[in-house]
Amino acid sequence: MKVMTCPVNGPRNIAEFQWLGPVRDDEAPEGRALVEHLFFAPNPMGVLREWWQHTPSNTVFIAERHLNTDEILRTYLKGAGTTKASCAE
Amino acid sequence: MPLELLKYGLRREHRSFRDIPPTPDLRRSYDVVIIGGGGHGLAAAYYLSNYHGIHNVAVLDKGYLAGGNTARNTTTVRSNYLTPPSIAFYKEGVQLFEDLSQELGFNIMFSQRGQLTLAHSDGAMRSFRLRAEMGKHMGTRIEVVDAKTVREICPHVNLDEGGAHEVLGGLWHEDGGTARHDAVAWGYAKRAAEKGVEIHQRTEVTGMAVRGARVTEVHTNRGTIIAGQVLQAAGGLNGRIGEMAGIPLPIRCFPLQAMVTQPLKPFLDILLSSSNLHTYLVQSSRGEVVIGGGTDPYQLASTRSSLPQKEALATGALQLIPCLHNVKIMRQWAGITDITPDFSPIMGATPLDNYWLDAGWGTWGFKATAVAGKRMAETIATGCVPEILRPFTLERFERFELLNEMGATAAGH
Ligand SMILES: Cc1cc2nc3c(=O)[nH]c(=O)nc-3n(C[C@H](O)[C@H](O)[C@H](O)COP(=O)(O)OP(=O)(O)OC[C@H]3O[C@@H](n4cnc5c(N)ncnc54)[C@H](O)[C@@H]3O)c2cc1C
Repeated sequence: MKVMTCPVNGPRNIAEFQWLGPVRDDEAPEGRALVEHLFFAPNPMGVLREWWQHTPSNTVFIAERHLNTDEILRTYLKGAGTTKASCAE
Repeated sequence: MPLELLKYGLRREHRSFRDIPPTPDLRRSYDVVIIGGGGHGLAAAYYLSNYHGIHNVAVLDKGYLAGGNTARNTTTVRSNYLTPPSIAFYKEGVQLFEDLSQELGFNIMFSQRGQLTLAHSDGAMRSFRLRAEMGKHMGTRIEVVDAKTVREICPHVNLDEGGAHEVLGGLWHEDGGTARHDAVAWGYAKRAAEKGVEIHQRTEVTGMAVRGARVTEVHTNRGTIIAGQVLQAAGGLNGRIGEMAGIPLPIRCFPLQAMVTQPLKPFLDILLSSSNLHTYLVQSSRGEVVIGGGTDPYQLASTRSSLPQKEALATGALQLIPCLHNVKIMRQWAGITDITPDFSPIMGATPLDNYWLDAGWGTWGFKATAVAGKRMAETIATGCVPEILRPFTLERFERFELLNEMGATAAGH
């Protein structure tokens, strides 16, 4: 079973979580930046910062995950900075 | 062809032959370099060498021949898409498959047995009606059928009357079928190699030199090549190769998983899929039931499999055909797919004059192996993108002219 650590509820089965996509700029982009924002999502062969939701508790948070290894390096609430080193397989 | 077979059978001595020659030394330069030796790259090489007189071609693959998504797909060939450009393109693709064994003198085992997609909701029925009308208008064989007809076409389906997944009807697409994926790649490779195309296995492209608006060199782990024209057809890792050429692509990697059961006696003579359950089944000529579905729920560039996804496939398969409940799973696997925002491919020109794209094939590109190869070869040979490919240009994203095929692609490929 793959486990993800919710910053509020602790380690849980990955099936309880929903992926919401990469973290991107909050500001509304225009012109070419809008096209990039909409269609050219980040796809690094490395670590991606992304939004996740723990669905039973409706906790939305950020995870840092490696896109080649699927290793979850960190999870934290927005604004909480890089606290909890919480990763488990 | 049948006569050839008879002659071969009656011959006294049978000398063994190689379909595909061993990898030769890399030469210094080629007229056309094709990055990716999957079905698409090999098909392009075949049409270049057999129809356009371009023989000085190298196909480079970092692994073994057609070991990427060409080896991993569930072989659905169909044209029941939504937008006119897609239907026109995939229709040509299906037609090419119909004659491909003959064309290549190589049995690709095309089996045109029809695809039935089930609807368990009013929303799905509505979208089927639209697809059926679009398909009829474009001249493909497609119709909406009711639950009674579903049962006639496929008596094994669980209609789940009164249940949570009651079958309300279906989209019946008689043009749909399957082909032997490896044979398609081998057939193209064999006939291309006979015309002088060099196939370089275990040859990884590691970078490119771009001068002005041209790629001048392709760097590989076996040395540097000077390239006249370059075709990118690198499957799941197309985004990476685009970066090497300085061309950002709107592509994200998602794993796509599939599995097969132990062999059973023939019982399922159509392709069966469900858009609501994100599951599809087809019985192979070996009797194994091939089970596939949607991609993993999050981005990843890995061919690892996962238990939740396999459980979801099994759940969907058992809902559709409950009598499979005691059947064992024999093999399972995953491929990395290169998904675009509108679930349509990216083909044609790039900002570079001699660099061409055949990318963004995601979960749906096997059926297009022949047509993409043929049309990309035409593009490279003439320097002009044919009408049928133009809507698939990379520039469509800047112009907001997307070809949304999510509904026609995401659940059944
Ligand atoms: C599980 C699964 C089921 C599918 N089911 C269907 C289906 O039913 N119907 C359908 O139409 N499509 C289906 N698809 C999609 C289909 O398999 C692909 O779209 C299609 O095979 C793409 O062919 P290709 O030749 O472009 O890519 P590939 O076959 O992936 O070939 C690309 C090649 O490029 C090589 N390469 C990559 N990087 C480099 C490099 N740096 N240097 C050199 N070579 C490189 C790879 O080794 C690979 O062999 C499915 C895919 C999967 C994974």
